[in-house]
Amino acid sequence: RLEASGSHRSRPSSVLCVMHLEYKDIRNTVGNIPVEWYKDFPHIGYNLDGKKIYKPIRNKDELDDFLDKMENPEYWRTVHDKQTGSDIVLSDDQVELVNRLQRGQFGDVNFNEYEPMVEFFSSDVMIHPITNRPADKRSFIPSLTEKEKVSKLVHAIKMGWLKPRRVEDDGRGRYYDLWASEDSSILARHRMHLPAPKIPLPGHHESYNPPPEYLFTDEERALWEQQDPGDRKLPFVPRKYSSLRQVPAFSHFIHERFERCLDLYLCPRQRKMRVNVNPEDLIPQLPKPKDLQPFPTTQSLVYRGHSGLVRSISVSPSGQWLASGSDDGSVRFWEVCSSRCMKMVQVGGAVKSVAWNPNPSVCLLAVALDSVVLILSPSLADKQVILSSERLLSAQQEGEEPAEGNGSVVWSEAEGEELNQGVRLKIQHPKAVHQVVWHAKGDYLASVMPDNTSHLQVYIHQLSRRRSQNPFSRNKGLVQCVSFHPIRPYFFVATQRSIRIYNLVKQEMTKKLQANSKWISSMAVHPGGDHVICGSYDCKLSWFDLDLSTKPYKMLRHHKKAVRGVAYHRLYPLFASASDDGSVIVCHGTVYNDLLQNPLIVPVKVLRGHVMTHDLGVLDVTFHPTQPWVFSSGADATIRLFT
Amino acid sequence: MGGLQKKKFERGSATNYITRNRARKKLQLSLPDFRRLCILKGIYPHEPKHKKKVNKGSTAPRTFYLLKDIRFLLHEPIVGKFREYKIFVRKLKKAYGKTEWSAVERLRENKPTYKLDHIIKERYPTFIDALRDIDDALCMCFLFSTFARTGKCHVQTIQLCKRLTVEWMNYVITSRSLRKVFLSIKGIYYQAEVMGQLITWVVPYQFSHDHPVDVDYRVMATFTELYTTLLGFVNFRLYNSLNLVYPPKLDSNAESEPKEESEDDYAMNSESYLEKLSALSASLARVVSSAEEEEAQLDHFPTEGIRSAQMEAREKELKQQEAQKKLFEGLKFYLNREVPRESLAFIIRCFGGQVSWDKSVCIGSTYEMTDETITHHIIDRPSVDKQYINRYYIQPQWVYDCVNAKVLLPVEDYFLGVTLPPHLSPFVEEKEGDYVPPEKLKIMALQRGEKTGNEQEEEEEEEEEEEEEEEQEEEEEDDNGDEEDDEEEVAEEKNLKKMEEQRSQGKVIFKVTPGKLKVENKARLEQEEKAEEKRLAIMMMKKKEKYLYDKIMFGKKRKVREANKLAAKRKAHDDAEKAKKKKARK
Repeated sequence: RLEASGSHRSRPSSVLCVMHLEYKDIRNTVGNIPVEWYKDFPHIGYNLDGKKIYKPIRNKDELDDFLDKMENPEYWRTVHDKQTGSDIVLSDDQVELVNRLQRGQFGDVNFNEYEPMVEFFSSDVMIHPITNRPADKRSFIPSLTEKEKVSKLVHAIKMGWLKPRRVEDDGRGRYYDLWASEDSSILARHRMHLPAPKIPLPGHHESYNPPPEYLFTDEERALWEQQDPGDRKLPFVPRKYSSLRQVPAFSHFIHERFERCLDLYLCPRQRKMRVNVNPEDLIPQLPKPKDLQPFPTTQSLVYRGHSGLVRSISVSPSGQWLASGSDDGSVRFWEVCSSRCMKMVQVGGAVKSVAWNPNPSVCLLAVALDSVVLILSPSLADKQVILSSERLLSAQQEGEEPAEGNGSVVWSEAEGEELNQGVRLKIQHPKAVHQVVWHAKGDYLASVMPDNTSHLQVYIHQLSRRRSQNPFSRNKGLVQCVSFHPIRPYFFVATQRSIRIYNLVKQEMTKKLQANSKWISSMAVHPGGDHVICGSYDCKLSWFDLDLSTKPYKMLRHHKKAVRGVAYHRLYPLFASASDDGSVIVCHGTVYNDLLQNPLIVPVKVLRGHVMTHDLGVLDVTFHPTQPWVFSSGADATIRLFT
Repeated sequence: MGGLQKKKFERGSATNYITRNRARKKLQLSLPDFRRLCILKGIYPHEPKHKKKVNKGSTAPRTFYLLKDIRFLLHEPIVGKFREYKIFVRKLKKAYGKTEWSAVERLRENKPTYKLDHIIKERYPTFIDALRDIDDALCMCFLFSTFARTGKCHVQTIQLCKRLTVEWMNYVITSRSLRKVFLSIKGIYYQAEVMGQLITWVVPYQFSHDHPVDVDYRVMATFTELYTTLLGFVNFRLYNSLNLVYPPKLDSNAESEPKEESEDDYAMNSESYLEKLSALSASLARVVSSAEEEEAQLDHFPTEGIRSAQMEAREKELKQQEAQKKLFEGLKFYLNREVPRESLAFIIRCFGGQVSWDKSVCIGSTYEMTDETITHHIIDRPSVDKQYINRYYIQPQWVYDCVNAKVLLPVEDYFLGVTLPPHLSPFVEEKEGDYVPPEKLKIMALQRGEKTGNEQEEEEEEEEEEEEEEEQEEEEEDDNGDEEDDEEEVAEEKNLKKMEEQRSQGKVIFKVTPGKLKVENKARLEQEEKAEEKRLAIMMMKKKEKYLYDKIMFGKKRKVREANKLAAKRKAHDDAEKAKKKKARK
């Protein structure tokens, strides 16, 4: 389709103007001005005669135009002249001309654009020169300025100022076999090199469609959001998408790569030796408890009868009788084998400690309550034995009156009802007595009155002479318990933190054992006399080897709560500890005569049976003198025998 | 005492370390240059054992480098290049200031550049070393190749990354060394085994990145510079090892040649070649055109019992691997336009399948959708209008799951519009005591060749339910048993107490009650004994060992707890599902 614009500037239309002037001259004389200037006037300009050229009465609208297009066969060659407002139908020649110009050909049909060219200046030298001017001198001699320039460049190249233009490729993306000659010269650097750890591989959590258990529940999600980014177990929230098409871009992808980069060049690297230990290997190889029999394993008898907590128990040297003192103010005597209560003595006060005279030829029991130590003769033995014990008690009566030791301890005979019950002697102390202990020979008796402020904490009484003495002249701390050495004249005093050993003959301290615990509760001396165990309220049991060191040879932290009592067996290599957690732990502790061999300590049995009452469990523990049996007394008012 | 007075911090660890600032001054480099150098040479800070000693008594936080490392950097020729570049920038600025355009042009032409070849060789003395460290390089290059060609880094870098990654993928396809793939929420993980090294890389999903502002792209660009060099050399070597032409050329006489007609749609010829390569649909040209590869056969050595068992295991593994390599052989895939084309084409070609796509998606499609021989049509939309009857319409997860399971999984679970089974990570190797998702168990059963139909499953489920109930009952019984024991004891004690009371009151009633036969479970007794022995032995542990033991046991228990938690969660979920199903049935 032809679409000619009315603009005079374009070459074809100006040609057109010239062309159609020939037959009908309605030239507009206003010149080459915008047509819009006449839009408010009825005319559009002036012709050669000076007459107005009027616009057509009615402008063609779209419909007219369309109708025209449909009906008029000449429509395609009709051009609207804006300057005159008239339509001009192009003739065949004109259409031909337009076509030629559009094809980029010359307008004139007869013009030959391919005429042979005459070459005036060619490479051939003609016999006649174009000009007659003689050549300049400078065209014969070399140029100085050029020489200067060249020499400058040469100098610049020589000096390295000027570099030849580089070949374009910069070497990037040029690869070759770098490792063609793999020389095995591995430097020390490479040996020391720590390769960066690889990024851990993703787990099921990271899947776009993980199993449902790996997705967060609401609580987990809330927790994750609350947590500090450093504390989070997963750095992202697991998500589930029903199809791959729905998976969005991971917003932290670049971040993660960047952090990896930072890790690679900013993080110090260290070789961490990861202990890869089989936990079973850490458990020490101990002899099997089976091989260390006999030791008590089961609870076989329960001695019931007391109504208060049983603070102290003691077994007669024959092993037939058991004495117990309780908070209900009674001392009971039990037959060991039948758990039958043979005798009960009401002493009128909470009994703190009972101790059976270890001498098998006498039958006496020391009982500590309040500030009194009672000597009982339970008369539960042969006549011979009873007689000999009576003799021991009455030995002094025949002699002179007892010398009032320090004036503070009063010995007195029991009378009346008490005498009938079996109480023979009363030793009145100035303060509350907590513990009584016999010497192995059965003549001496030590009593403890813990008091922080006084040096009157321990008394040693001699039964046969009814004499008491205070061996210490100075307060060395709160005395917890005391004990006699089974063979030699030594005396053990346990204060709050340490155990002091005194030589009674030389009257001096021989050793001080550091217990490494906060508060010693109880102490027992090995029948051999070279080993001591002490329990403490901070759940520890320390075993001292007196020949080895003043520090504990072993600390046993077996109990969960305070250790209340410890005991050695007289014959078997056993010791037991009783604790507030309601258990009695029996350990095997062999002591060798060879000084080089350390004692072998193996826990063999945890005995449970006592019921916790008032947060107290087992209060005292003692072994049977001949059998591998252990007695324990508890806060639940029972005594139990484990065999 | 004679001799010179010893001064502090003049010997020992204080002289082995150097702070970052002092190192920088020693090398006469600016901080960015120092950083670049450290990245390129792989120098990282060290944490001294006694920081205060090294820090000359101060406790200020400082970064320390080994003095040896810094001395090593002193001899690096690249340091000189850095200085040259600094000078170049200064000259250029000057020329700009004086508006000497010819000088600017000349300077630009002589812009100093450096090569990293020697650094690569120095950092990775053997090829295997380089392969071991290629994970990060691949991740980075794949990330950079997805960047838009504007803004954050040079276009050349992006193009180079694209080229190298395409080369890498082509190598993996040709050597068929891909082992595992994983669709994660971060991107797609691939694991390949190249020369015995397991190489894992992650490719982000094809979306435009919104670049974070708190990321220093200069650091990333420096790393990429190093990594592109490394990857290029590795690619070269790998191509050589397979007798392939490097830079890669498409095999001209392959039967599945991409059609030529679409070539005109692409403006630049040089780019269209790379695109054709990156279409991953054609095989590569070889230096020696012998397509037959000799299979690595394990030689048989006459060995004794244990060794031969090992050998058998290895042989079996090899056989499995060979089978996996031919997983998709003979299958013809067609990718619909909404699925990730590059990833799927890569995987399918890695396992010997044929793949094509609509030619308007990408260059390099080999056959039309109307091809009747297509076996699998991968599609990721809820429904499709026109379905061909002789092909499976499956969702893309099927391909990934098959690769991980090393067998062709039943297609029913992956049909159009079906709820997909969970996609599991192939990288998790469950040890004993870990939680194993039931889907994994199912796949393992499939791998062993057991067939589990749906009906069977349901039956199993029912059976399981019954079993569970039984178990529960049993458990309850057990509990009851324990309780009974306790109760018995308590009752006995009560009896005894009563009797004692009666006795103390004087009323003694002798009564013989029939005894009960106590059934002693020998095995249980033995077990208890063993447990007690262990408990007693644990009591005797040393403090230090006890601590370690407790720590290990705590870790173990935590693991068990986590596994139990997952199992409980799964059970709750399954129960809920079941209840829903039942409701729907009613």
